[in-house]
Amino acid sequence: MSNSCCEGVRPTKFSRRYFMKQGGIALVGLSTVPAFLQRAIASTPTASKKQLVVLFQRGAADGLNIVVPFAEPNYYRLRPSIAIPQPKRGGTDVTLDLDGFFGLHPGLAPLVPFFQKNQLAIVHAAGSPDPTRSHFDAQDYMESGTPGVKATEDGWLDRAIGTIPEENASPFRAVAIGPNLPRMLWGSTGAIALPDLRQFKVQPQSAAMNNVVQGGFEAMYAQSVDSALHGTGTETFEAIDMLRKIDIAKFPPENGADYPKSPLGQKMQQISVMLKANIGVEVLFVDCGGWDNHVNEGGAQGQLSNLLKDLAQSLAAFHQDLGARMNDVVVLTMSEFGRTAKENGNRGTDHGHANCMFVMGGDVKGGRVYGKWPGLDDHQLNEGRDLALTTDFRAVVSEILTKHMGVKDLAPVFPRFATNTHAFPGLVRS
Amino acid sequence: MHPKHSTPAIAALKCRIIVRRDLRLLPLFRTFLALSLAFSLFSAQWDLPAFATPVPAADKKPKGDPALKGLPITELSADEAVLHALNRLAYGPRPGDLDRVKQMGLSKWIDQQLNPKSIDDSAVEARLREYPTLGMSNAQLMAQYPNPQQAAKQAGLSPEELKAQQSAQRQADAGVASMLNDMQDQEKLAQLSGDTPQGAMKATSDAPSPMKQNSPTPGAGRKGSLSVDPNAVPQAISDDSKRPQRVVEELAMAKVTRAIYSDRQLQQVMDDFWFNHFNVFAGKGEVKWYLSSYERDVIQPNALGKFKDLVNATAKSPAMLFYLDNYLSADPKSAQRQAQQRAMRQAQRRNYGWGPPPAPPKPQNAKKQERGLNENYGRELMELHTLSVDGGYTQKDVTEVARCFTGWTIEKPRELASFKFDEKLHDPDLKVVLGKKIHAGGMKDGEQVIELLSKNPNTAKFISTKLARRFVSDDPPTALVARMSKTFLKSDGDIREVMRTMIYSPEFWSREAYRAKVKTPFELVVTSTRALGTDVDTPMPLVQWVNRIGEPLYQCQPPTGYSDKAETWVNTGALLNRLNFSLALAGNKVRGSRSDVTAFLGSDSSSDPRAALDRAVALLLGGQIAPTTIETLEKQIANPQVVQAKLDDPVKQVDLGVVTGLVLGAPEFQRR
Repeated sequence: MSNSCCEGVRPTKFSRRYFMKQGGIALVGLSTVPAFLQRAIASTPTASKKQLVVLFQRGAADGLNIVVPFAEPNYYRLRPSIAIPQPKRGGTDVTLDLDGFFGLHPGLAPLVPFFQKNQLAIVHAAGSPDPTRSHFDAQDYMESGTPGVKATEDGWLDRAIGTIPEENASPFRAVAIGPNLPRMLWGSTGAIALPDLRQFKVQPQSAAMNNVVQGGFEAMYAQSVDSALHGTGTETFEAIDMLRKIDIAKFPPENGADYPKSPLGQKMQQISVMLKANIGVEVLFVDCGGWDNHVNEGGAQGQLSNLLKDLAQSLAAFHQDLGARMNDVVVLTMSEFGRTAKENGNRGTDHGHANCMFVMGGDVKGGRVYGKWPGLDDHQLNEGRDLALTTDFRAVVSEILTKHMGVKDLAPVFPRFATNTHAFPGLVRS
Repeated sequence: MHPKHSTPAIAALKCRIIVRRDLRLLPLFRTFLALSLAFSLFSAQWDLPAFATPVPAADKKPKGDPALKGLPITELSADEAVLHALNRLAYGPRPGDLDRVKQMGLSKWIDQQLNPKSIDDSAVEARLREYPTLGMSNAQLMAQYPNPQQAAKQAGLSPEELKAQQSAQRQADAGVASMLNDMQDQEKLAQLSGDTPQGAMKATSDAPSPMKQNSPTPGAGRKGSLSVDPNAVPQAISDDSKRPQRVVEELAMAKVTRAIYSDRQLQQVMDDFWFNHFNVFAGKGEVKWYLSSYERDVIQPNALGKFKDLVNATAKSPAMLFYLDNYLSADPKSAQRQAQQRAMRQAQRRNYGWGPPPAPPKPQNAKKQERGLNENYGRELMELHTLSVDGGYTQKDVTEVARCFTGWTIEKPRELASFKFDEKLHDPDLKVVLGKKIHAGGMKDGEQVIELLSKNPNTAKFISTKLARRFVSDDPPTALVARMSKTFLKSDGDIREVMRTMIYSPEFWSREAYRAKVKTPFELVVTSTRALGTDVDTPMPLVQWVNRIGEPLYQCQPPTGYSDKAETWVNTGALLNRLNFSLALAGNKVRGSRSDVTAFLGSDSSSDPRAALDRAVALLLGGQIAPTTIETLEKQIANPQVVQAKLDDPVKQVDLGVVTGLVLGAPEFQRR
């Protein structure tokens, strides 16, 4: 409040982004740091900062046809028309063997090299322990991080980032690629929902007004005595400024990466640009839908196959594009629940329980399928119909948050979940 | 009707604001004035003690202003008080409203608003006739706006024909995609896309997949994923397509229309409050067909009535029964009981020599037996609707309440969708809720629970707190909440009386409460539109802006509703969208809405940027703006871009849209 009464003097209080702006990078470009030093700073990737990308498969993906337990005879008994055939040398449209028991759906072929290079781990029979079969409830639980509890107002990803102390956090600390903030990022961190990097700006009706309008708003919020809006406003314009200085064309896909033209592919490419541009992103959220295949799910080809091809090509392009940067990145997939072990009367599957999760990145001890396999014999199924759950998704997330992101205290992230480091699946390097 | 550009209300604000154009010739004087303005603003904020205890109303009333007669207003000027009332009990002023209310007397206006039926609202009713779904029953809506797959079946379309039709529909819907494609339960649509040709990735990514939060739009690959331009009016808006989404779209458009045009403003605010309190989500299953009746028959008639009537009505509404799963809840023993009864009947029949021998249980029965107790509603009823999370109940109480509500279900959810009490599913045994025995029997068990919960002091406190948070401040004064709770308990939960207690409390009119609330996305869109006197022909783009700013109408997924505390939702992306909305609205780029900024600011403004700014500040912000803000704006509008000389016109023209947009986007306008 005090600086608002000093006429003509711009507030001298440094914003909490100040250091980052100063320390950070030629793209912000307002510092008086000598150019050579700027280059030096710019060439240093923001220290040892780690990033987490959470990919939500909305609609309940069919884990049993994604990571296929081909050595389990019950699998073929339960799914006469949609099962993926057993691996066969030189065969097409067959399961891609991972470890002699599990294999990947053939649509996921682009991911096999990452598994073989130990950069991709899989957790099977994982998910949320709540028994609900409602998409709505299950997504709510998986995003709030409190299965069974509806009153939670914020999301676990928001709480997680809140526990990582950061004096000079970037306004882009937590970003969701899309028009709305997902439940997982609701909360006090101030995550940004960003449908398109190029559109994140003040949009006056004529381009000629750009400076007038942007300058007007920026100054109004910078000088505002309104504590809530002042902070948000300052962050907003810092974010706009940072993005404005990024020339997206400067970060084309590298290493021959070829993103699909699908929404997911384009979103992953935007994430890549944000990571390369060093704008201080720590957690990113992206979602993709279409997994609710009650009818004509297909086997090696068909609906699910198309979705998986898109997913695999997007993730593979992302990995390839980021190259060595993947050492600091973990990509984690999740879906609200799995699908029935037995196919239904419409060559599809209904709402089930446990599912598989993919964990990809440099810190990952890949090349393994984690989790205790509960089996698919009738008596082993959850409620007599679904893959039973042996790994709580919170254990997987907890391990990534602890070992990769450096979260010290998990209690606020997953209240009511006793996190024991011994219960970690062990899929991230310490 | 008050002329749009006249300024008597402003004149009354002369102690705070610079409106006279000749001042711009006197920069020194203006600096002085700005400083003294700053001083007066701060002294207003600092010198007055924060309210801890209510001040006896009669003592400090400013002398003389008859407009405020009868109200405990001591800290606000007459103009501030009226503006405050319009911002809290209504969706902000329209041009001329300030004077109208002052003339009428604030207290009288409040009384009218508390008795909405006393206000003629035929003008808005006429506008709402455009939305035929508003008056339909659940059964009518399901019959006339069926899922596409059902509709196709009825029309005898082949799957191919249906797909072609849908693809055309999707093109038309691109613009509304952001509104409804993220509804999470369009399983029927998912089934339709089931026969996507193999390997056709494009077809897959374009399919109306049910769980697409961020739905793809045609051309997304080319233009980037932000291709949903909320200012573009997709065909779907004006069409009369009979998709189920249309029901929710009409509801959302009607909500915006009422908020902008209804003279029963408090009724609209209360409807919004209670819908959010008893939230249901359009994306869950059949709820989209139940919403119209829910809002019309459950929320609206009870919004200023007895709280327990609201709870009763929501408890019996198909929308709530479905949303919180109570329609599925059954006494786990009921299946057993029924099987026994069946067996007995069959045994009797056999004894009498009629009826077939007992059949092995059908698979359907096996499924029915899975039906058990569902605690979802029981828990939320106590936690979110009445007692609050710390309201002193246990898990045991949750189970007991759930048992009381067994049998409260929906009659034919896909056809009729009306409330039904099914004795067969009801748990007849004794229950104990909050230490009190419930054995009224049948449906009365649940009703007794509602009676019990509605009378509980924790409920009184929780509801009073939520009302005060909505109408006064994010952290409302405890003394105020206590007073409201007392009224709640004394009046058997009469909402109108609780509101009256709140409004007639000095805390409501305190300096601290003035502009203490950040506008929700809906409030921002509606107050902006009202403030400019915008003529809204097609509200759908406004609905989409609300979505974009962060709180999509009827699409709040969790039963908590949207939080009323600003900190949980004021975020960077949302703020940017607020600013862009202000520019779009004032710049006349929101399709279907027409703002005449020249008439609004007065034609003399168009040649004088300073006058335009002063007028906009006076009209939109009640003349009150931080001195720094006005300095800033002044500098910006001095930019030659704002004052453009036309080649054939010697008179320079101010871009009034930009000036207005800037003021609408000011921090001060984000508050109410």
